[in-house]
Amino acid sequence: MTSILYLIGISLCLGLIGLAGFLWSLRNGQYEDMEGAANRILFDDMPDQPRPKR
Amino acid sequence: MNVAVTTGTCAHCGLPTAPGRKFCCPGCAAAAAVIEGAGLGAYYRRRVLDPTARPPRPEPAARWDLGRCVTAEPDGGHAMTLAVDGLQCGACVWLIEQVLARESEVTAGRVNMTTRRLRLAWRGAAAEGERLVSLIESLGYRLVPFDPAALAAAQDRTGRALLRALAVAGFAAGNVMLVSVAIWAGLVQDMGPATRALLLWESALIAMPAVAYAGMPFFRSAFAALRHGRTNMDVPISVGVALVTALSLVQTIAGGAHAYFDSATSLLFFLLIGRVLDHRARSRARAGAEQLLALRTLDVALLTPDGAVERRAAEQVAPGARVLVGMGERIGVDGVIERGETTLDASLVSGESLPAAAAAGAAVFAGSVNLGPPIVVRASATGAGTLLAECVRLIEAAEARKSRFVALADRVARRYAPTVHVAALATFLGWWLGVGATLPQSLLIACSVLIVTCPCALALAVPAVQVIATSRLFRAGILLKSATALERLAEADTVVFDKTGTLTEPGMALVALPDHDALVRAASLAAASRHPLARALAAVAGSVVAAEGVLEHPGRGLSLATPAGEVRLGSRGFAGPEQAADAHGPELWFAEPGRDPVRFGFAERLREDAVATVRALRAMGMRVLLASGDRTEQVARVAATLGIGEWHAAMGPTDKVALVERLRAEGRRVLMVGDGLNDGPCLAAAAVSASPATAADISQTVADLVFQGARLAPVATALRTARRARSVMRQNLGFAFAYNAASVPLAVFGWVTPWLAAAAMSGSSLVVMANSLRVGRVR
Repeated sequence: MTSILYLIGISLCLGLIGLAGFLWSLRNGQYEDMEGAANRILFDDMPDQPRPKR
Repeated sequence: MNVAVTTGTCAHCGLPTAPGRKFCCPGCAAAAAVIEGAGLGAYYRRRVLDPTARPPRPEPAARWDLGRCVTAEPDGGHAMTLAVDGLQCGACVWLIEQVLARESEVTAGRVNMTTRRLRLAWRGAAAEGERLVSLIESLGYRLVPFDPAALAAAQDRTGRALLRALAVAGFAAGNVMLVSVAIWAGLVQDMGPATRALLLWESALIAMPAVAYAGMPFFRSAFAALRHGRTNMDVPISVGVALVTALSLVQTIAGGAHAYFDSATSLLFFLLIGRVLDHRARSRARAGAEQLLALRTLDVALLTPDGAVERRAAEQVAPGARVLVGMGERIGVDGVIERGETTLDASLVSGESLPAAAAAGAAVFAGSVNLGPPIVVRASATGAGTLLAECVRLIEAAEARKSRFVALADRVARRYAPTVHVAALATFLGWWLGVGATLPQSLLIACSVLIVTCPCALALAVPAVQVIATSRLFRAGILLKSATALERLAEADTVVFDKTGTLTEPGMALVALPDHDALVRAASLAAASRHPLARALAAVAGSVVAAEGVLEHPGRGLSLATPAGEVRLGSRGFAGPEQAADAHGPELWFAEPGRDPVRFGFAERLREDAVATVRALRAMGMRVLLASGDRTEQVARVAATLGIGEWHAAMGPTDKVALVERLRAEGRRVLMVGDGLNDGPCLAAAAVSASPATAADISQTVADLVFQGARLAPVATALRTARRARSVMRQNLGFAFAYNAASVPLAVFGWVTPWLAAAAMSGSSLVVMANSLRVGRVR
């Protein structure tokens, strides 16, 4: 019966990690330019400069 | 004369070029040299030229007053955001970023392909930005700086907040549903009360904060509506979600079996999907419209008292200031010509298709294009009395008269919210007082009524269709700016077209041509001028090298002194014969020493698909009218070509508004399509309005739709999509009502259990969404 307590805890933690990951990527501006992102994977040599901070 | 005929295409910009030449102009050759020199030749192999975009031909652009758009960065550098015109494909993004990365002082240079904006940051002085901008412009792109104030206002805070709420609601809905399935299964399989209590508490722990956070967009909107004494769809949503969550908490504390945490969270999740999609489609269309306007904003060249020239934003020019307008430049202010004599193209201002001569003392309006030599304009008082101010006043008056359109969803919500709440209250009273059930039991049943009627499908019915229709139109180059435009468009039964620039393309077409040799010789003179007739002539001749030493005589024509005598190209009086047979329409005469003058006849060029579009609109049952500010014979000819019987010529802004008002009094719902400054008030007065992307700023701002490209077909496409969207919206609403009509009796009699509510709610939402997807497939 105690195993269910562990399982609840683990499942919630996994879910929260996923949520935190999404919120991080949102704050990081990863959804700002969906069209550009689709094209950028085709560039084989990216300019060596830091990403602009927002 | 050095004459060449078009055959090849330029290796840089893809435009036609003379045979044997790799580039069409020195600008393209220089751009290619920069690209190859930087080792970026791969650009030419990777790119795909987009025929709808501006070709990447470097053009001498107006210099910008960059100073007001540069912001100082905390690290001592500077930054700026610019709109980029002429992006063809991903390779252009790559090229711009690579070129900038090779500049040592650039700290950030990144192009956002969705919004077509370049963010540029560099170390060192603000003035350094000037050089970087010139560098990119020399590649053939056009850059226009964004005002930082406008940029801050455009930041999409709402969109991000909605996405965060969606993420939280999704997390909660998924986890609570997982636990709820276990609880429902446990009801059948003898789950112990302690386990059930544990699982219920877990659900409560996840759902309570999630509802409090993810429900905020709805709670806020509902509160705002109630405070103003109105009600909207968010009121029943907020009441339902809050009540259901509170009741489930009470059930959990009391150890009951019926908790609706899953319903509350998944309801929010579904509704937020609708909101996010809706917001995304709308903000994309708005960003597109902003980009179009930003690319057209112009600086004016202010003449300072000591004779120097300063670039300033047009709105910063004080009345009385003197402004220099070069050849081919658009006039940025209303005013009076102080010095110079020229030809002005006022087609965007008055709808007049032919340019007119203007000399010192003539009044000019912002939006006219100077086709001749530079002039100096003294800005007049910017207050009332200017044409723009007059149009703005008419627009405001028209908008005030326009009855407020109530969106379909709001009309439904007005009836829906009270009905549902009364039904729930009646159920509660019926069970408590009538049947004699206990207070918690009666409350529970009343709440189940609220849950099954919670307008999930209803709230998705309209936005889901709108999102799909809006993004479909967006892909077709139509920007839908207003939320209710789709519904208003679907109701339109009359369309009023403006002529110049709307039915016709900007510019003229050569229709009568004597012989090809004369054309080529005339074109070498014409290439030196910006006059629309001269440009049309030069365009037909192909790539012709402009002769040197051509003189422009404003309002009359061009002349060139050659050893054999003077060659003239221009009006009948300037270059024509003493006597000539009368002919209709605009014309140019070409006179050479020792030869008879020859005549080139021109006509306005209708948009390629104007005839087909007008026919298609008729087939859809639309009454088609033509209202133009141009002269009668021009309008009559166009109307005849298009088969439009009802046409009105020489109409000013007030006449056009009167026409629209008259049609409305007849019970017609008018779609106005126009582009000029003079169409602005009329666009505002019509039930729904559309403008081409080449329209005057004010018309674009007022219009509900803006369509891009050289074709008129988007008007018919938009109308067809709107009608289709309306019918799907009605189907969705019908389905949602049918679902409610079936489920409410079950709930009233207390037969609805949490799992049944969850299944019915998700099922109905999915049906509505799937049905909405059909709008995307309309042809």
